[in-house]
Amino acid sequence: MEFKEKLISSHLAFEEDLDLTDNVHQTRANALKIFEEKGFPTRKDELWKYTSLDALIREDYSLFPKSEANIELKDVKKYFLYDTDTYKVIFIDGVYSPFLSNTTHDGLDVCLMSAALSKPKYRDLINTYFNKIAPSDESLTALNTSYAKEGAFVYIPKKTVAEKPIEIIHFSSGDQDSLWLQPRNLIVIDKNSQVQIIERHQSLKQHPVVTNSVSEIYVHEDSFVDYYKLQNDLTSASLIDNTYIKQEKNSHASVHTFALGGKLIRNNLRFFHTGKHILSTLKGVTILEGKQHVDHSTMVHHSQPNCESHQDYKGIFSERSEGVFNGQILVDKIAQKTNAFQQNNNVLLDDKATVNSKPQLEIFADDVKCSHGCTIGQMDEEALFYLRSRGIPKKEAKALMTYAFANNVLESVQLPSLKKRINGQIARKLGVNLGFEL
Amino acid sequence: MLTIENLHAQVEGKTILKGIDLDVKAGEVHAIMGPNGSGKSTLASVVAGNEDYEVIKGKILLKGNDLDGLDPESRAHLGIFLSFQYPVEIPGVSVTNFIKTAINANRKAQGLNDIPASELLKKIREKAKLLDIDSKFLSRSLNEGFSGGEKKRNEIFQMAMLEPAFAILDETDSGLDIDALKIVANGVNKLKGKDNAVVVITHYQRLLDYIVPDFVHVLFDGKIVKSGTKELAHELEAKGYDWIKELA
Repeated sequence: MEFKEKLISSHLAFEEDLDLTDNVHQTRANALKIFEEKGFPTRKDELWKYTSLDALIREDYSLFPKSEANIELKDVKKYFLYDTDTYKVIFIDGVYSPFLSNTTHDGLDVCLMSAALSKPKYRDLINTYFNKIAPSDESLTALNTSYAKEGAFVYIPKKTVAEKPIEIIHFSSGDQDSLWLQPRNLIVIDKNSQVQIIERHQSLKQHPVVTNSVSEIYVHEDSFVDYYKLQNDLTSASLIDNTYIKQEKNSHASVHTFALGGKLIRNNLRFFHTGKHILSTLKGVTILEGKQHVDHSTMVHHSQPNCESHQDYKGIFSERSEGVFNGQILVDKIAQKTNAFQQNNNVLLDDKATVNSKPQLEIFADDVKCSHGCTIGQMDEEALFYLRSRGIPKKEAKALMTYAFANNVLESVQLPSLKKRINGQIARKLGVNLGFEL
Repeated sequence: MLTIENLHAQVEGKTILKGIDLDVKAGEVHAIMGPNGSGKSTLASVVAGNEDYEVIKGKILLKGNDLDGLDPESRAHLGIFLSFQYPVEIPGVSVTNFIKTAINANRKAQGLNDIPASELLKKIREKAKLLDIDSKFLSRSLNEGFSGGEKKRNEIFQMAMLEPAFAILDETDSGLDIDALKIVANGVNKLKGKDNAVVVITHYQRLLDYIVPDFVHVLFDGKIVKSGTKELAHELEAKGYDWIKELA
């Protein structure tokens, strides 16, 4: 049986176990129909031209993992940004781990999607936001919706600053042979509030795992959200990350994506605007080796005047690794005075590494400032000579420059310990021991 | 200190240096002047070991060591320093960290351990003061968004930190206003000693009022066509370069 058929025929069994409102049941059923109709995207789809899921979906995966994995804190502690002092929503093989988590309902909600979907007190929030930000016609998102059950649910009420960052981590234990995970996160930041979120997917052992994740983030007026995605997984793990952000007037939202490891990673990142004076920031650092493949597919839809967006993605590719950047900027006729910038710079360290970079600007307003630039190149020889003339050997000079090239995206990371950690990861990946934090 | 004998060099098949002879002794300052395109910057690049240039004849000796075949980092380890005419911007590496990396690379080549943090800080403070450099400047990315003057001052700051035996300053005066020029010149003068030597490449005599050379050489069409003392610089300032062309 093809994996698609399995997903469709298993759905009944999935829903049998659940005690959910009719509303969500209907949403799931509709979503399944959309997936059934559209199926998995293929390379014939313009946005999937350079990334094929064929090899992944040719395999079979377990859809309902058992929650038997025996994971202790010491096994996973190193993946936490802080030992304490963060809210944590931790899942193992798709199942919530109360032992590793640190949720709250005190002043703000950091809890479980399964609770939000089933408890009456969240009904209004679910009806207002769940599956309302993600477009209904994207097949992988529809697939996730049809199986939406677990993930993180975050609600920041009005005039609230989340005092601690929130870490959302999905571990796969490797106890199951092969695993297909579909976490679903919903994050609502009400007016005048602020939060920082870190999301990570991590295998603890080499084993085939595919995660098709959907996060919906709603940012009300005058609010701030910084979202950090740490993608440094084992080479047996693949991730399709679908993140949708809707922003109201005067809000700021930033997403940093650090794609440092994994088998195949696809990031679908979409921003939608509903008011004026919105700022959207999309930044990424990609460092790949071996036969890893990362595809960043971004979209900022400017549908309101006086808004601003910045996209800055840096990629460093060695060996046979492959990178894809497809950056869409849509500016509606009404969206005058839009400032939209996009930059994608890549360095290829080996002959066999490849990058496909495609800016896609569709601008219908006449009074806008939009720019895009993409570069794919080798190391700057002049800069290399400059460093070497100061006595820095060629190998170190190359590593230093590569590091610096990636590092300048880090400047906007607001959490010092996260910055330090990513700095360290990047330095390690490049084999540089600089002995200091840049 | 530095001896250049009958140096011929080419870039992309074009011969730029056509037989340079130069002898710079420890404790001396030499100025190399000449019109645009005469080969001044090429000479600086060749001495520093830029691999874009090919030496086709002649040799360069530093303290008796033949530099032939040595890469730029090895030349730096021997004590050569080039202050770039156009310093390269390197976003993401702060001035301080760059200096530290360079100092430790040089120490490693000499079999020494990394410089202790306190010693480094003390030295940075001392040299920054000498060149009137603000501490904020030191945490900025190397040359990124620096004004022309800041870039040149940063070059001399690196020279002060690395303490080379032999420094070539390639048009360090260009892009400097008179105050910055005085600061840079004062810095170079303080660094000058009986054990090191400096070659100043410049287009104008202005800098030489502040860094007074022992010898002045005029480069034209890849050759030194005239050598003299500091009065030669004044003569060039007054008469321009046209009469020099007739000497060639």
